Amino acid sequence: MSLLTPTIRPSVVARLNPVAKLAVALIVSCALLLSIDWVSAGVALLLEAGLLLWCGLSARQFLLRTAPVWIAAPMAAVTTVLYGEDSGALLWQFGFISVTEGSTQLGLAIGLRVLAIGLPGIVLLATTDPTDLADGLAQVLRLPARFVLGGLAGLRLVGMFIEDWHSLTLARRARGVGDGGGPRGAARRFFGPAFSLLVISVRRGSKLATAMEARGFGSDEPRTWARPSRVRAADAVLVGIGFAIAGIAIGVAVWAETWSFILA
Amino acid sequence: MHATTTSLNQSIRPASTAKKPRNFRWRVVDIVVASVIGVASGVIFWAWGLAWSPLSAILAFTPGLEGLLAGGWLFAGVLGGLIIRKPGAAVYTEVVAAVVSMLIGTQWGFSTLIWGVVEGLGAEIILALFLYTNWRLGVALLAGAGAGAAVGFLDTTFTSYAALDFGYKAVYFVSAVVSGTVLAGLLSWLAVRGLARTGALSRFAAGREGSRAPSAAIS
Amino acid sequence: MLHTPPFPAGHDAQIRAVQIRASGWGWRHAGRHNQAVSGLDLQIEPGERVLLLGASGAGKSTLVHALAGVLGDAEDGDETGSLLIDGRRAAEARGRVGLVLQDPDSQVVLARVGDDVAFGCENLAVPRAEIWPRVRQALTEVGLNLPLDHPTSSLSGGQKQRLALAGVLAMRPGLLLLDEPTANLDPDGVIEVRDAVVRSLDRSGATFVVIEHRVEVWQDVVDRVIVLDPAGGVLADGPTREILSRQGERLATAGVWVPALPPRFPTRSPIAPAETLLRAEGLAVGRVPFGRRAASVVAAGITLNLRAGTATVVTGPNGAGKSTLALTLAGLLKPAGGTLQASDKFAAGIASEPHRWRSQQLLTRIGTVFQDPEHQFLAATVRADLLIGPHALGLSAAEQTSRVDELMHRLRLDHLADANPFTLSGGEKRRMSVATVLATRPRLLVLDEPTFGQDSRTWQELVTLLAELLDEGTALVAVTHDAQFVSALADEEYRLGTPDPIRLGAGAL
Ligand SMILES: Nc1ncnc2c1ncn2[C@@H]1O[C@H](COP(=O)(O)OP(=O)(O)OP(=O)(O)O)[C@@H](O)[C@H]1O
Ligand SMILES: Nc1ncnc2c1ncn2[C@@H]1O[C@H](COP(=O)(O)OP(=O)(O)OP(=O)(O)O)[C@@H](O)[C@H]1O
Ligand SMILES: [Mg+2]
Ligand SMILES: [Mg+2]
Repeated sequence: MSLLTPTIRPSVVARLNPVAKLAVALIVSCALLLSIDWVSAGVALLLEAGLLLWCGLSARQFLLRTAPVWIAAPMAAVTTVLYGEDSGALLWQFGFISVTEGSTQLGLAIGLRVLAIGLPGIVLLATTDPTDLADGLAQVLRLPARFVLGGLAGLRLVGMFIEDWHSLTLARRARGVGDGGGPRGAARRFFGPAFSLLVISVRRGSKLATAMEARGFGSDEPRTWARPSRVRAADAVLVGIGFAIAGIAIGVAVWAETWSFILA
Repeated sequence: MHATTTSLNQSIRPASTAKKPRNFRWRVVDIVVASVIGVASGVIFWAWGLAWSPLSAILAFTPGLEGLLAGGWLFAGVLGGLIIRKPGAAVYTEVVAAVVSMLIGTQWGFSTLIWGVVEGLGAEIILALFLYTNWRLGVALLAGAGAGAAVGFLDTTFTSYAALDFGYKAVYFVSAVVSGTVLAGLLSWLAVRGLARTGALSRFAAGREGSRAPSAAIS
Repeated sequence: MLHTPPFPAGHDAQIRAVQIRASGWGWRHAGRHNQAVSGLDLQIEPGERVLLLGASGAGKSTLVHALAGVLGDAEDGDETGSLLIDGRRAAEARGRVGLVLQDPDSQVVLARVGDDVAFGCENLAVPRAEIWPRVRQALTEVGLNLPLDHPTSSLSGGQKQRLALAGVLAMRPGLLLLDEPTANLDPDGVIEVRDAVVRSLDRSGATFVVIEHRVEVWQDVVDRVIVLDPAGGVLADGPTREILSRQGERLATAGVWVPALPPRFPTRSPIAPAETLLRAEGLAVGRVPFGRRAASVVAAGITLNLRAGTATVVTGPNGAGKSTLALTLAGLLKPAGGTLQASDKFAAGIASEPHRWRSQQLLTRIGTVFQDPEHQFLAATVRADLLIGPHALGLSAAEQTSRVDELMHRLRLDHLADANPFTLSGGEKRRMSVATVLATRPRLLVLDEPTFGQDSRTWQELVTLLAELLDEGTALVAVTHDAQFVSALADEEYRLGTPDPIRLGAGAL
């Protein structure tokens, strides 16, 4: 219901196990990190586009959530074109800046790669409820419950930042320190609550820890899970698709002889 | 009345000041507060990621100095390490922050997680070298530098910077270390002091060190 | 008179009631000079039902925290003597014990109502098939009729308290500890929740310790009362009826609410021309949800006249919108509809809508106490926090100190001047938040649950203080569930949901 705990609309993707979604994002990212070339990134992006079409996000939501990537990709591309390692014919030169065939190709590769790595991560996680993710991490991946649930509690506390900010500004207004003081006052009004927010969250965290212990949390005894997190056939298919995208992207790049292994 | 309070104090104080064996097991409050700090830092990471694109485009005129921006993603680990003071705190906090920024949406997608792990390790190793017993400014700065070195290595090896000349990379690496030292080391140390002063860290050793002075003054 | 369970056969076989032994036990919080609890000798047998009483700050919450094993270790304070649960140290018995903390706001763990109630059961390793029926039953019992996936972030104070209770009832622990479980509930809710607790105890046979200042709620369902002495040890311990009748006098002077000896109500001398300060007509109140522009209205059609020297109380069920109304009247939220206008004399030359006033202008006109006291603490010590308002007013240093010192003295906060506001006991926090507002002497006071968590002495002090202010011409709006507060002070009662205010007391004449 906030920035960090979005309302999830029911959809095919929303019903998949969060761990499977994480796995797919991880597989594709890792594969693309191994090489900088426009073919592997482009192919992966094309294949992903097919998946993202039925992710269950409305067009508006999709654009809102993925806006950072759409801004970042062209920026990264242009930066590389201008300053990237030069090779091939010189196309344009201005002082430090030189644009060559090689740097143009690199720029394209970088732009596509930012998109191909960024989009699936955001979209898959935008369709995942944090509580379900925690369930998956603890039950499927068997991460320690103390940490998974402690982390989830922390996430929820910070998710209430906006609400807390609201009540903090109300309180400051009621206490007579809500305005005035010119620009210095304005700065204090921003940094004052910003720091108070951190203070309040740490305090809330300390108290919430007590509340959690008061309900039997924190021992090493085994605990049960009210919400089962199961890996179904559909999840296996999704992971398979992830491997397929990674494999095809690398395969095509090797075949097209654009593949350049990064550590080589 | 006053006399009885003082005598009570005297009879009790020695127990609290006696050296206790260091307990390295994470309490629930350690986990939750580390998570809170991690998540809050994650939101800042995300905002920093948005600001990074234009900033790095400007700094791109000065070859390699983009590394100066890296510190904006390094403070979480040092901050968590300094507050929680338990093994793994730096890695945990930095990873949580990375994951949260990824959840909200960054252009680096899943690689954010990998970066978070390595950056956290960079700070953690320094804290471990001091056996988790020294929390002074110097150690904080070193931990920040450690995280800076980690991100410098990652960025110049696995990102678009890998495609740049060696000179660029060297400058980038050094500026990442500087950035880590200042933005992650110094700022985190200051933040812990500020937090301790408000009493918010009263359940942590980091918070009680600072508050001991005033309480002694009253008695 | 030990409690004999009415349905012994119905007991859950797996639940074993817990036995408590304290000998010479004491605790001093880190950073404090005084012991919170000291020299406590106590035996509570399995299945006993105990009402724990004592003045505000006597150490009741500290004791139940210790019983639940959540006080922390030597880093958090100094322990003396021993406190054993079934012969083991309390921290090792964690999980056999369920505790509802005093502050309902800070104990919501998960984002959805159903998940939050299930949390305790999961920790006790209750099989999954059994968890959800328990969750539904607990929610019904405490009267929280919301869908399981309702977000916990948008609950009112009383709803949060019900949620916390449901979470612990569903655990069915061997020792049930409740710290002022009904402080934020509406009168019907109090009975409903108490009966739910008793049903649950009848079923489980668990040992039960409840802290509550209002004795009359629990006196018929507990076997025994224990009164903590702020100076250490216990003041009284024994069967409920016997203690209350034999030692009532002594306990009442120590701050216990003895039903037969209610505190004296202050005498009021109403001022003659009760000029109107603020007038609400057809007012609608609501909050603006995150990411939207229009407020979602929680209460509408409110017509109210707030007059100088007059106390108006706002009552109504949990979640009716009382707190939202209070914040709106205080000029902190924008009305969602209708009008809210200050009289020309009250506004004194500025705009007539309070929400358009600047913070400084608000300070001398309207003072607000939030339902959650922690929301309004800004400084690191009690004294520094109390000085904020007078300082913002630009008073002379001497005037600032004398105002603050007097308030701290009257509200029994003087020994806490250098304590951090967040480490105060529940009742101390409440008094402190009221004090922050009184320090600036505004003409209109808006108080959200001003008396919760007070013992009878501090309650009387608070009510007397408010009565004096009323006699001096201050207008008062108080949101409250406290019937005694209403009888003591209210001139008008506005019951949210009914069309017109009800005239009471002086106003009715
Ligand atoms: N975390 C803490 N740190 C320091 N002091 C504390 C802390 N919690 C409570 N105290 C102090 O210990 C004393 C006992 O507090 P406690 O909360 O047990 O009182 P209480 O009997 O529950 O009072 P109330 O009825 O007002 O809730 C108080 O003086 C309080 O200020
Ligand atoms: N911060 C919030 N965000 C969204 N909705 C809220 C928020 N606080 C309260 N609400 C909702 O607004 C309605 C009115 O809440 P309000 O706090 O005014 O009730 P109340 O009458 O004060 O109840 P109580 O007696 O339990 O304190 C409730 O239904 C509640 O669910
Ligand atoms: Mg208490
Ligand atoms: Mg309310």
